[in-house]
Amino acid sequence: MYLDFEKPIEDLDAKIAELKAASSGTGAGPDPQIEKLEQERSRVLKDLYSKLTPWQTVQVARHPERPLLRDFIAGLCSEFIELHGDRHFADDQGIIGGFATIESHRLMLIGHQKGRTVEENLRCNFGMARPEGYRKALRLMRLAEKFRLPVVTFIDTPGAYPGADAEERGQAEAIARNLLEMAALRTPILVVVTGEGGSGGAVGIGMGDVILMLSNAVYSVISPEGCASILWRDGTKAPEAANALKITARSLLDLKVIDEIIPEPAGGAHRDPQGTMEAVKKALMKHLRRFQGLSSKKLAARRMEKFAAMGRYR
Amino acid sequence: MGWFTRKRKDAEQPETKEEVFIQCPACKAHIYKAEWEKNLEVCSHCNHHERMTCWERIDLLIDRGTFREINRRVTASDPLKFADAKGTYGEKIKETRQKTGLNESVVTGRGRINGIRVVLAVMDFRFFGGSLASGTGEKIYQAAAYALKHRQPFIIVCASGGARMQEGIVSLMQMPKTCAAIARLQQARIPYFSIMTDPTTGGVSASYAMVGDIHIAEPKALIGFAGRRVIEETIKQKLPDDFQTAEYLMEHGFVDLIVPRKEMKDTLHKLLKYCVAA
Ligand SMILES: [Zn+2]
Repeated sequence: MYLDFEKPIEDLDAKIAELKAASSGTGAGPDPQIEKLEQERSRVLKDLYSKLTPWQTVQVARHPERPLLRDFIAGLCSEFIELHGDRHFADDQGIIGGFATIESHRLMLIGHQKGRTVEENLRCNFGMARPEGYRKALRLMRLAEKFRLPVVTFIDTPGAYPGADAEERGQAEAIARNLLEMAALRTPILVVVTGEGGSGGAVGIGMGDVILMLSNAVYSVISPEGCASILWRDGTKAPEAANALKITARSLLDLKVIDEIIPEPAGGAHRDPQGTMEAVKKALMKHLRRFQGLSSKKLAARRMEKFAAMGRYR
Repeated sequence: MGWFTRKRKDAEQPETKEEVFIQCPACKAHIYKAEWEKNLEVCSHCNHHERMTCWERIDLLIDRGTFREINRRVTASDPLKFADAKGTYGEKIKETRQKTGLNESVVTGRGRINGIRVVLAVMDFRFFGGSLASGTGEKIYQAAAYALKHRQPFIIVCASGGARMQEGIVSLMQMPKTCAAIARLQQARIPYFSIMTDPTTGGVSASYAMVGDIHIAEPKALIGFAGRRVIEETIKQKLPDDFQTAEYLMEHGFVDLIVPRKEMKDTLHKLLKYCVAA
C-alpha cells in the first residue's frame, strides 16, 4: 500500500516490476536499467522520508502495515507471558501486558494493542482502552515494583475509548490514578512511542523516566482532525492543524517532552520491520542498563522533577 | 466585587426587564436579580449553579481578608507559537488577559477557611474555558509545593473544559506534572481536596480533579472525560440527560459529596477538621 505522497515510489516500483517481467525468462544477466532504477528508488525514498510534513508523518504513524505491539513483542522478546485482567471488571484488550524477557533483561511490558483485521480490531477496540485497560496496566506496574522489575510501555493509540461505558466506569479516574501512581512508582519506567500517541489515552501509560519515540511516530494532545474541526471549523484542515500542533518526534524533542528519537529505517518502520526492531532493541538495552541498580526512591523523585520541568517558562 | 457585574449575553429580554430580572440559563425562569445574587447565582427554581469567577469563589470559601495570592505573575506562554485561522495564540492570550484581568486559567493563594489555614487553587472558566496549559500546570505545581512546604491542606476548585489545544503536547504534559505534585502531597500525608464545578472535563478530570483524598462536586456540574458529542458519535446513540452530571458521577462511585454552594465553606471546614491535626 502506498501513501499519497509516495506516488513517485509507486511509479518507480511499477517501472521496475515491468522491466523485471520483460527480462524474466530471457536468461540475461542483471539488467543495468533495473539496477539504475532501484538506486533511483532508494534515493527518492530516502529523500521523501527525510522531509515528511507533519501530516505525512501522521499517515506513516497510522500506516496499516506499521509494526504493532504484537510485532514488537515477537521481534524483541525471547519470552512474553501475558497477564490478564484488572481484578475488578474485565480484561481489556486495548492495553495488554505481561512479563517479558529482552536479551538478559526481565521486565514488565505493557502497551496499547491495535489490530490489522476487522476481527482483531473489534477485540482490541482499535487500541482504544477502557478504564479496565488502564487499571490492568497499573496492576502490572505495581507487580513490577514489587518484584523490582523495570516497566517498559509501548504507546500506540488513537486515544482512550470515548464510550458511554468507559465514562460510567471512570475513564478519567483511571487515567488520573495511573499518573498519580506512576509518578511515585519505585521502579524504572521506560516509554516508547511507536505509532500514534493519542492524548490522555497515551499519557495514561506514558509517564516514564525516559521517553523514546520512533522517528515517524506522533504524539499530540488532540488528533489533527479533531483540532481542525474545533479551531478551523473544518476537518479537512487537518494538515494545517498537524503543523500547528507540533506533533512530530523532532518537535517533541525540541520541546523537551521526549528524551530521544529512535531512527526508523529509510521509508518508515513498515518497509523494514526487522530494522525497526533492531533500532528499538538497541535503544531499550542502552537505557535498561542505565537504570540498573539505581535507588528506586531517588528515581521516583527524579521522575517527578522531570515532569515538573515541562512547561516551566520563567 | 459584586456578585453580578456581568451582563448575560444569552438573555433576550427588553432592557428594563434585564435590569431587574435574571434569566436562568438552565430553566429559563426569570428571577429577581437581588434574589439571584443573594442565592450566590443559584437558581431558586431548578437549582442550577451558575459558573463563578475565581474571585467570587474565593469570596465564597475564604475568610474575609485572609486570601493572599501566590505566583500571580506566572502568565500563559506560547511554546508552540501557535496560530489558527483566527490569528495567533499570542494575541489571543493578550486579549484574554485584558478582558479578564487574569494571567492564567487558575488563581492560587493561601487563606483561611473558618480559621483553618489552606492553600487554594481556583480555576476560572473565563480564561480559555479554564483550560489546562503550561501556566496552569506550573501554578498548580507551585501551589502544591507551597502546601507541602507549609504542611497545609491543598484545595483545587476545578472549572475546565480540558487541556488547552494551543499549547499542544506541553498542555498534555501538565496532566502528569500536576499528578506528580499531588503524589508528593500524598507521600507527605497532606490532605488534598478536589472540588469539581461545572464543567470538569477532559485533561483536568483525567488528572488532578480525580485524585483527591475527598471529591466534592457542585450539584448538576458536568464532569467527565470525553465530550458528549464525541461519545454520541462513537456509540451512535443519544445519551440520557443526566449523563456525566455530578449526581451520575456520585451514583457510579467517583464523588464523595455533592454540596450546594451555600454549604460549601462549612462542609470544607467540617471535613478539614478530620484531616488536619489541631
Ligand atoms: Zn433554573
